[in-house]
Amino acid sequence: MSQVNLFTKRINKALSNNQLQTSFRSAMSYLMEGRLKRFPDYDKLQLSRTKSNSIRANSVSNLGDLLVTLENNLTKNGVKVHWAETATQANEIIHSVLKKANAKTVVKGKSMVSEEIELNEYLIDNGIDILETDLGEFLIQLDDDKPSHIVMPAIHKNKFEIARSFADNFPDLEYTEDVDKLTQQARLVLRDKFSHADAGISGVNFAVAETGTLCLVENEGNGRMSTTVPNLHIAVTGIEKVVEKLENIPPLFDILPKSATGQECTTYFNMISGPRKDNEKDGPTEVHLVLLDNGRSRVSRDTSLNDILNCIRCGSCINHCPVYVKLGGHAYGTVYPGPVGIVFESLTQGLDKAGALTSACTMCGACAQVCPVKIPLPTLINRLRNESIEGVDSDSVLGKGSLKKPIESSIWKGWRFIYSNPLVYLLFVKTMTRMRLLVPTNIGKWSKYRNTPKPSKRSIEEIARSEGFINE
Amino acid sequence: MNSSRDNILNNLLKHSIENKPSKVVEKESHNPLSSKKKIESLKNMLESVRAEVHLLTSNSLNEWINSELPKRNLSRLLIGNDTIQSNLGLTFSDDFDVTFYTENIEKWKDKLFNEIDVGITTTTGAIARTGSLVLWPNSEEPRLISLVPDVHIAIVKVDEIYETFSEIVEKQNWSENMPTNALLISGPSKTADIEQVLAYGVHGPKELIVLIVS
Ligand code: SF4
Repeated sequence: MSQVNLFTKRINKALSNNQLQTSFRSAMSYLMEGRLKRFPDYDKLQLSRTKSNSIRANSVSNLGDLLVTLENNLTKNGVKVHWAETATQANEIIHSVLKKANAKTVVKGKSMVSEEIELNEYLIDNGIDILETDLGEFLIQLDDDKPSHIVMPAIHKNKFEIARSFADNFPDLEYTEDVDKLTQQARLVLRDKFSHADAGISGVNFAVAETGTLCLVENEGNGRMSTTVPNLHIAVTGIEKVVEKLENIPPLFDILPKSATGQECTTYFNMISGPRKDNEKDGPTEVHLVLLDNGRSRVSRDTSLNDILNCIRCGSCINHCPVYVKLGGHAYGTVYPGPVGIVFESLTQGLDKAGALTSACTMCGACAQVCPVKIPLPTLINRLRNESIEGVDSDSVLGKGSLKKPIESSIWKGWRFIYSNPLVYLLFVKTMTRMRLLVPTNIGKWSKYRNTPKPSKRSIEEIARSEGFINE
Repeated sequence: MNSSRDNILNNLLKHSIENKPSKVVEKESHNPLSSKKKIESLKNMLESVRAEVHLLTSNSLNEWINSELPKRNLSRLLIGNDTIQSNLGLTFSDDFDVTFYTENIEKWKDKLFNEIDVGITTTTGAIARTGSLVLWPNSEEPRLISLVPDVHIAIVKVDEIYETFSEIVEKQNWSENMPTNALLISGPSKTADIEQVLAYGVHGPKELIVLIVS
């Protein structure tokens, strides 16, 4: 089945699920209201968006230099840096580091990049016991499910489903539908895992080139556990996450939680600049960073598309998207859903694989208004729509023209012919207005949700002339 | 040379500057908070995320700990070492079972996870606007004291409260001497992953008690 048909199928499935839509509607309203409360002063918000944008844009246009500086400083600090061009390479690197350390059990903090490379599947296939420890991700893993939101992965589940899944997976625990109790049960199960795991894997929110520092943002403490308790810590991140200076961090950490969940700041901001020193008594003795490209360097070369690499993964564009709220995250069929997902996935995977997503946009512009780093998402989506049909000359885009349909192209060609030949045009208009009753009322998909348009009795030109306009 | 590394670097956008202006980020100007206001803001922000905050003097600190903890049935304490303890002017009564973090974690992980109620740490500062504590764990006060025990007590010196994160980074000159691990802690551990209902104490401490000492 083509990507378009598959996408349509997933859309229909989502649209027929009322419970899902209720969950998403209430979750998105909660997140939108939360965000709004944090930005009472419009001018101040614009100032911090501009600031954040310039920090991220500076990173993206200097990625090469910054990555080399980051590598040098991390190496100086005792962190081993690895480079992966593809998801497979990243998985292989992580597996080999684990193997070398003889690590069999792994606790993992939340990381969208690890979802992108499907790390869990890879490691499990290779006999490694890897456990998600962020509560939302843990719930997802229990059900062998996929995240439906980049910040709140289990947003599509209600507490009854979660209670049932706990009962199935942990028959020894008392059955409960109380959120506090469920949370405490998860604490109990996971604490034991933290204390015994051989290795911890995490993502990275920002990597500071100047000091060789990996920053992690979180509320639960599972990120700190995963990066502090086991002897081995492996961080994995996209190459775009680097920033130049330590002083760039406070403005980004200021705007990220406010935009993401409407929090003034998150509970923990964890800055890791190296493994345990000789005289220190805890912390991993070995720290690795895997830098993943997976299409990002290709995207970086197109200066009108590389804005997408500014993204700090706050999820705000998703929360404000009128299409996402109806569909939920799974309908996209990709790791990153919503506006950021449309752009990121069709660029990294290629339009021939994920270009169908570009149709899931109403061009309302809400995403661009809330994006903390000012990514012009609708403009990028529009450009990608165009690329998927016409395909202009940019080697940053894969699968150009792959969604071109012969019928559609012929219709537009005919249209152009009619409109560029005055006589043909007059004839066309005459025919359409006189034969208007012959236009069928059922014109396929269009009339499924809308009224069929009927040509008017008289053409606009005829109306104008009768109103007394001569040469308009 | 690693070929993936070279491939990635070669594939990246080559030049900079002309493409995207790398504007110097200007400092935000606002009226600085008085030290009274800073304490107030720190306290309010922390309390808004369900941390407990008390204003004490260096004399009343010892009394507070010795009288409050037994009321809450917290007796198994963890603190960096005896120097930290005496610098804070703390003397614990015999009712407490005090552990110093003087051995590597590998040697006593089970005890840390199962037999400690409270971890007590100092801080290297606090941030008034966001209600954050700043910790630079080191060999004397290792990382896990503030993470594993159910209750974390953090002691903040009143003259080390800064207004913003930017300010503390700049004034304490972080970029020149980053430690292996630096932390901002703003409240007890929490999650909203189940139906956006806020639940406290998911993986880290269930309670955060902040003692501001003048
Ligand atoms: S594109 Fe902007 S709004 Fe969307 S997740 Fe990224 S930073 Fe947030």
